[in-house]
Amino acid sequence: MAYTAQDYKKGQPRWCPGCGDHFFLASLHKALAEIGVAPKDIAVISGIGCSSRLPHYMATYGMNTIHGRAAAIATGAKVTNPDLDVWQVSGDGDGLAIGGNHFIHANRRNIDLNMILLNNRIYGLTKGQYSPTSPRGFVSKSSPYGTVEDPFRPAELCFGARGHFFARAVATDAPGTIEVLKAAHAHKGASVTEILQNCVIFNNGTHDSVYDKEGRKKNAIYVRHGEKLVFGENNEFGLVQQGFGLKVVEIGKDGYTLDDILVHDAHCEDNTLQLKLALMGDGDGFPIALGVIRDVAAPTYDEAVTAQINEVKAAKKYHNFAELLETNDIWEVRE
Amino acid sequence: MADSLNIQELEQVVVRFSGDSGDGMQLAGNIFSTVSATVGNSISTFPDYPADIRAPQGSLTGVSGFQVHIGAGKVYTPGDQCDVLVAMNAAAFKTQLRYAKPNATIIIDTDSFTQKDLDKAEFKTADYIAEMGVDPDRVIACPLTTMVKDALADSGMDVKSVLKCRNMFALGLVCWLFSRDLDVAFNFLREKFAKKPAIAEANIKVIQAGYDYGHNTHSSAMNVYRIESKTKVPGRYMDITGNKATAYGFIAAAEKAGLQLYLGSYPITPATDVLHELSKHKSLGVKTVQCEDEISGAASAVGASFAGALAVTSTSGPGICLKSEAMNLAVIMELPLVVLDVQRGGPATGLPTKSEQTDLLQVLFGRNGESPMPVMAALSPTDCFDAAYEASKMALEHMTPVVLLTDAFIANGSGAFKLPKLEEYPAINPPYVPEELRGQWTPYMRDAETGSRYWAVPGREGFEHILGGLEKDNKTGAISTNPENHDLMTRLRAEKVARIPVPNLEVEGDADDADLLIVGFGSTYGHLHAAMDELRAAGKKVALAQFKYLNPLPANTAEVLMKYKKVVVAEQNMGQLAAYLRMKVDHFVPAQFNQVKGQPFVVSELVNAFSQLLNQ
Repeated sequence: MAYTAQDYKKGQPRWCPGCGDHFFLASLHKALAEIGVAPKDIAVISGIGCSSRLPHYMATYGMNTIHGRAAAIATGAKVTNPDLDVWQVSGDGDGLAIGGNHFIHANRRNIDLNMILLNNRIYGLTKGQYSPTSPRGFVSKSSPYGTVEDPFRPAELCFGARGHFFARAVATDAPGTIEVLKAAHAHKGASVTEILQNCVIFNNGTHDSVYDKEGRKKNAIYVRHGEKLVFGENNEFGLVQQGFGLKVVEIGKDGYTLDDILVHDAHCEDNTLQLKLALMGDGDGFPIALGVIRDVAAPTYDEAVTAQINEVKAAKKYHNFAELLETNDIWEVRE
Repeated sequence: MADSLNIQELEQVVVRFSGDSGDGMQLAGNIFSTVSATVGNSISTFPDYPADIRAPQGSLTGVSGFQVHIGAGKVYTPGDQCDVLVAMNAAAFKTQLRYAKPNATIIIDTDSFTQKDLDKAEFKTADYIAEMGVDPDRVIACPLTTMVKDALADSGMDVKSVLKCRNMFALGLVCWLFSRDLDVAFNFLREKFAKKPAIAEANIKVIQAGYDYGHNTHSSAMNVYRIESKTKVPGRYMDITGNKATAYGFIAAAEKAGLQLYLGSYPITPATDVLHELSKHKSLGVKTVQCEDEISGAASAVGASFAGALAVTSTSGPGICLKSEAMNLAVIMELPLVVLDVQRGGPATGLPTKSEQTDLLQVLFGRNGESPMPVMAALSPTDCFDAAYEASKMALEHMTPVVLLTDAFIANGSGAFKLPKLEEYPAINPPYVPEELRGQWTPYMRDAETGSRYWAVPGREGFEHILGGLEKDNKTGAISTNPENHDLMTRLRAEKVARIPVPNLEVEGDADDADLLIVGFGSTYGHLHAAMDELRAAGKKVALAQFKYLNPLPANTAEVLMKYKKVVVAEQNMGQLAAYLRMKVDHFVPAQFNQVKGQPFVVSELVNAFSQLLNQ
């Protein structure tokens, strides 16, 4: 049965006009229609925050739970029913501050969750405090003189927790978002998709350099497995490896030809270069990488749980409660 | 012939095996209780572990004990003090003597009382028996280690393995003392070591050696005892600890309900054995996730419940502190969840291996908002099975989180468990949303009788819905901050819990004309019952009402509590049940007996305290 975006839609979103959440939600509806899983087999599970309102606008099963616990709650749902298509939606505060522990352990376990990190680098629902992804020096209501701490970089945390999938898209870039959501869904195991999005009220312009098409042409690079890492309005720039790092070169200049340009390998087990791609663009002269940065197959937790149960079922002789009792030392008291 | 001359009939006896943590005292105790239970004796056991991770060998802090109470009639507790103390080394002799009756028989291994051992145990003189003020005639002092080595001289076993059999010699000696049939012990060992027959036979040889030693050497000097069974309930039995019984109760309930069993848990003493036990039973389809923290244990269980499992999270008091927000999420989403709290000494890390009843008010009230939650407390190790079954049934049928309280005492203690027949247990019927509501169903539609909302498990077409921690509109299920709606939802959640049917409070003893009603809850049942029995045997009019259901309270609670002139609420906290009952029952002003020592009540102390109350 074919679905349309309409089949996944419900209600009228209450986010501020212009909020990145609107864009992402529309892309999610479209991506789900393209993926084609029935709404009855989908659970969308969020924590607390502006973006965590998202399940209320889904015609699927779902929960808008408590702050930070979405990944843990999603884990229980997925382990119970591995056939359920579980999407876990969190903001940067929900996912990486109060929920940081669950975020890393879901990645480590490699449970088949589609984890969406809606990153606007601010606490919006509580009206404007710095978040764990706000840059050092960030001025907010809770940091009037600027923060004195470094932010998390989500990819680094994902990779540090042995994550096998990391992708990034800009909320306003619908085709880019839909493409990574489909890839995240196709990936078996934990996937982290970072969505760069604006908070028009409390952190307006935070992702300005890539928020519109023109900006992305100049300041972003779309990475695709097996394709050359080139970017620029006419793909005139490319990435090459130099020493322990990457370098931006202009093709045709300084002796660099297209042949010298790195080919993206999202399936490479070793995440060294993938991490370098993921960390680019922090005002360092590199473009921000968009697309599927890492996508490596690995055994998933939920499948392993099921497989182990089947193995033990085959090996053990007791399969119900009455038989379990008989495995004990039993004595009989007679009249 | 000497045997028959000296045999004494006993009503009950308490044996305490003590030694280093690695001396296998629990195994010896388990076999002794099994051997006794086989002849129809009533049994109750209790292990007393040191809190030290690995105390130095032979040191005072490294002693662990395992107490076994066997009786001709019913025994309710592991016993206050022991009739026989087995002390495998000097430190055990020193620290465990206080658990022995003044005239107790004491079995010691003289090989473990060298000068070095005595120094470690901080003895001041070489005459350790006199130093402890013990009558030497009551002591069976034997070179136990030497005799074990001799018995296994031809076995070809290495010294370490040989020394591991010392506990069996002590066991053999105790079996002789109580005229126990060794065949049962032999069978037990042959089954336990089915894959290592050489080990089984070595152990059997040593038990026999211990038995023979007693028979040959001490028959003339010591009495041999016999405990005849008087209240035999025929049937098939096993020895079970409270934690294992709890795990079995969850398994049984899941099977009865036709649901998957999910446990989300984080290791914590003294609840971890439930995680261990359930993790073994993958052949029953049980799914256990050892989570990254307590919060995740509870949160993942909420997710499992949403997805259609019988969801359980297990912990102790400190874990409850961390789980309360997720427990509250289950309250507002009205999803079934069983929260097992195996209580221990607090606050904070407190006394991790010891027992208290100090979480009662926490589980009743320790959450934000109006958060009604059913609470139950198991009465004994074997009652943990029924309690876990009932808590699961309650959660599933009333769509609510339920707290089940046990504690270190009954969790680690054991009793003879008559094998339950699942077909005799009540059906478990969760209120799945009826098919005819498709298309018009909203998440907070309720069953008219129970007030419980219906359960729509993901995968059912036409029942897609979103739950959440935000207040919802009673009719539409959408987020609502409407003042009247919140007031209504708060009342509906409370009403649902209040309507859960629980059995009436039972009054045991002199129910009609007691001068004193003893009131307790949960695990103190055995001790309070034993105290009541003693008082009644002394001609006093005493009754006992033990609460198993704390929320909702039994319908006859006020009637029972107000019926008697004197009431004492006895509990292992500073008066939490008393405070709760005073809040619930107008004009109820009980006397209180409170102890927070981390140890079970002592029946004689209860009897003294209650006698004083009766005399006032």
